Amino acid sequence: MSNVSFVRTEMLPEQMPPGSSVGFIGWVRANLFDGWLNSVLTVLSLAFIFYILSGLLPWTFQSVWNAASLNECRDIMNETWGSTHGHACWGVINDRWLQLLYGFYPPYPATPTVNVGDGTGLLPAFFRPNLAFVLLIVAVAPVLFTSLPRPLLIVSAAYPFLMPWLLWGGSVWGPLMVAAGFAIGFFAYRILHDIAGGLVALIAAIVLPIIWWMFLASVVATGLESIISISLPEVDSRKFGGFMLSILIGVVAIGCSLPLGILLALGRQSDLLIVKSLCVGFIEFIRGVPLITLLFVASVLLNIFLPPGTEFDIILRVLIMVTLFAAAYMAEVVRGGLAALPKGQYEGADSLGLNYWQAQRLIIMPQALKISIPGIVSTFIGVFKDTTLVSIIGLLDPLGLSNAIRADAAWNGVYWELFAFIAFLFFIFCFSMSRYSMYLERKLHTGHK
Amino acid sequence: MTTLTDPPKESFRLSMLIYDTRYRSMTIQVVAMIGFMLLAAWLINNTMTNLATLGKPVNLGFLTDRAGYDINQRLVDYSNNDSHLRAAFVGLLNTLLVAFLGCITATIIGVLVGVLRLSKNWLVAKIMTVYVEMFRNVPVLLWIVLAMAILIESLPAPRAFRGAEPEATMKLFDTVAITNRGVYVPEPLFSNSLGNIHLFGSSSLRFDLSVDLLVLAIVFGLSLFGIAKVNARAHRIQDATGDRPKTIWINLGLFFVPSVITLIALGFHLGYPELKGFNFTGGTHMRNSLIALWLALSLYTAAFIAEIVRGGILAISHGQTEAASALGLRPGKTMRLVILPQALRVIIPPLISNYLNLTKNSSLAIAVGYMDITGTLGGITMNQTGRELESVLMLMGCYLLISLSISSVMNWYNNRVKLVER
Repeated sequence: MSNVSFVRTEMLPEQMPPGSSVGFIGWVRANLFDGWLNSVLTVLSLAFIFYILSGLLPWTFQSVWNAASLNECRDIMNETWGSTHGHACWGVINDRWLQLLYGFYPPYPATPTVNVGDGTGLLPAFFRPNLAFVLLIVAVAPVLFTSLPRPLLIVSAAYPFLMPWLLWGGSVWGPLMVAAGFAIGFFAYRILHDIAGGLVALIAAIVLPIIWWMFLASVVATGLESIISISLPEVDSRKFGGFMLSILIGVVAIGCSLPLGILLALGRQSDLLIVKSLCVGFIEFIRGVPLITLLFVASVLLNIFLPPGTEFDIILRVLIMVTLFAAAYMAEVVRGGLAALPKGQYEGADSLGLNYWQAQRLIIMPQALKISIPGIVSTFIGVFKDTTLVSIIGLLDPLGLSNAIRADAAWNGVYWELFAFIAFLFFIFCFSMSRYSMYLERKLHTGHK
Repeated sequence: MTTLTDPPKESFRLSMLIYDTRYRSMTIQVVAMIGFMLLAAWLINNTMTNLATLGKPVNLGFLTDRAGYDINQRLVDYSNNDSHLRAAFVGLLNTLLVAFLGCITATIIGVLVGVLRLSKNWLVAKIMTVYVEMFRNVPVLLWIVLAMAILIESLPAPRAFRGAEPEATMKLFDTVAITNRGVYVPEPLFSNSLGNIHLFGSSSLRFDLSVDLLVLAIVFGLSLFGIAKVNARAHRIQDATGDRPKTIWINLGLFFVPSVITLIALGFHLGYPELKGFNFTGGTHMRNSLIALWLALSLYTAAFIAEIVRGGILAISHGQTEAASALGLRPGKTMRLVILPQALRVIIPPLISNYLNLTKNSSLAIAVGYMDITGTLGGITMNQTGRELESVLMLMGCYLLISLSISSVMNWYNNRVKLVER
């Protein structure tokens, strides 16, 4: 027997993969030139990108930043590059960016009483809207990111009353008295709950604040104002505009539509026939008509629907209609989340002896809202984008302002720069919202992947 | 020894309305109903009082008054001597036109982009991602206004087509003229025309139905019916014998031959746009406002549809593809017979709501001056007559009707394709 083995006994050393399948070249071969069809597509795409960039880059960067009118822009372009084509005139943004951001909001509102934000150089220009925006971020941050310190939530709670005061001005007592109404309701519930039982407490918590708001709040506010006067110069709603207006409408509509939408969704899912049909009717009606018709209602009809002599603010009217609009869409999104929950969750809550609201708050809603996060955020984005529609009923949102700027003889004929600027800002807002929703989805994803 | 006692006889107490779950739901509903009716009564009462003060009680008589304004893009005949109702009808048809065109192009672009976003080619996938994010994150109104500005500012004026050495030429073998006043495309003409059917006499809803197009539609419908029959027969034979007869040539013939024969019989030819003086005549004139709206709405909605299609295809588990390969199906057939029918079930419900969104967004036509129903009834008619309540309510009614019809048709289709669960 010879000692010859017919199979190899030791392993061969591992060889490097061929140079054409690793590194950059390998990646290019696998992803761009994988077969003739992909190669053709890649070449076409490269040509397309080159074509777009060769027009866009010179337009964006070989541009005029310092000019007071379109004609001046064109003169400078002719001097520098010998043609007016293919060069942006960012001078219009440089000249009017404050208007695009704030509309006709006065940088230093005139002062009847206190020197807050007047022209004496004590406070910077647009102090009030800027402060409102910074506070908005502070108020929203603890809601969005749970790792932030909890006491910040006080700012969130105070913000709904602080923001209108900062933007519209007037006496501080007005918003404070509105806030007091909520406090009255809260304490009425707390106190009466132990004395007279849940139902009485609930009715009192609803009725007392309404009585307070309708009859007492304005009297008390006037009285307090005459004793201690703290007020900001008032700013008329017609002066609001630009991205300030878009953000204002967007934030209010987003903030109010979520709770309203949840209530509508619960109503639509409930067993109570009348409540259900009212909710279904409302949701289907709002979803069946375009927002623009609801804005027509806000601008021409809402005053007809209210008691004779009621004249209230156009921005407030728009806010109401946009909120109702957003709430109907939100309700459908939340309903989707509710429908996606397995029935066992409802039965489990019942078997624990939880009542309807406890079950909703502790078991159903946390799961249903988590499922519907993508839909909720895309509704938010839709609402924020739809704020541009107010330009059609004559409010000066960024698009409305772009028309106003073009109406000026100095900038007659400027299109692309204005559109690019507005689109860019909208893109930043909406894109960051959609990225946040992805972050939240990942964070809340507790199941197995 | 035990004695059985009857359970205590329940007497109805008032507090049971609240604390007894048997009655509580009834209580809540009655309270809700009363609240709703009070609210409605309050609103109606306010409206009546306000309208009486303004001196214009609800009255639809204004609809028969002379409109007095022109509508340049229209599908049916209209002059400024017609009534407001006629103007609203023209507007309604314009809304339906742009919604119809928009839905078709948005679907085509959306499906293409959605599939390409899943492409193995990294560059193509990235370009499509940029397209989708760009359109989804910028308001549609901005896209509409931008499209209008591009059409007006960057296209040649009709006079650029004049002279021996024109600055601009007509596209597609001299048949389509793209100008800053709109696009002129060839129009279908019939030399042996069968005439028109005048529907609804001389009322505001009158319109002319071309018999030629009707005949064509009937012939084409019959062809499709024939194709369906041929396919059904092929299926039967395949089920019985395992061999599928080749149907492609019969089907192609059925698809084209009857229609072409009808076209020849009717004397079909195209009427080309021609430059006469300072403008084009002949052909069909599509105004800039229509093109801008169509383009912007299609591209915007397509971005959403692309995401839906992508999501639908991704939702089908990979095991389906592998099982199809194991059965020996080629990639094309895998897509057509296995993936797409399942993906469609996921795709269709959100697709319906995007069609509805497109239709509702077409009301933004008012920003570029396209006279859809918002521009006529909710725009000029409302401003001229001062009948805000009637106009806005009618406008909402029209949109509700359109939305409900689209969603019921699409839901019917959805019910046909959806998975039948046992």
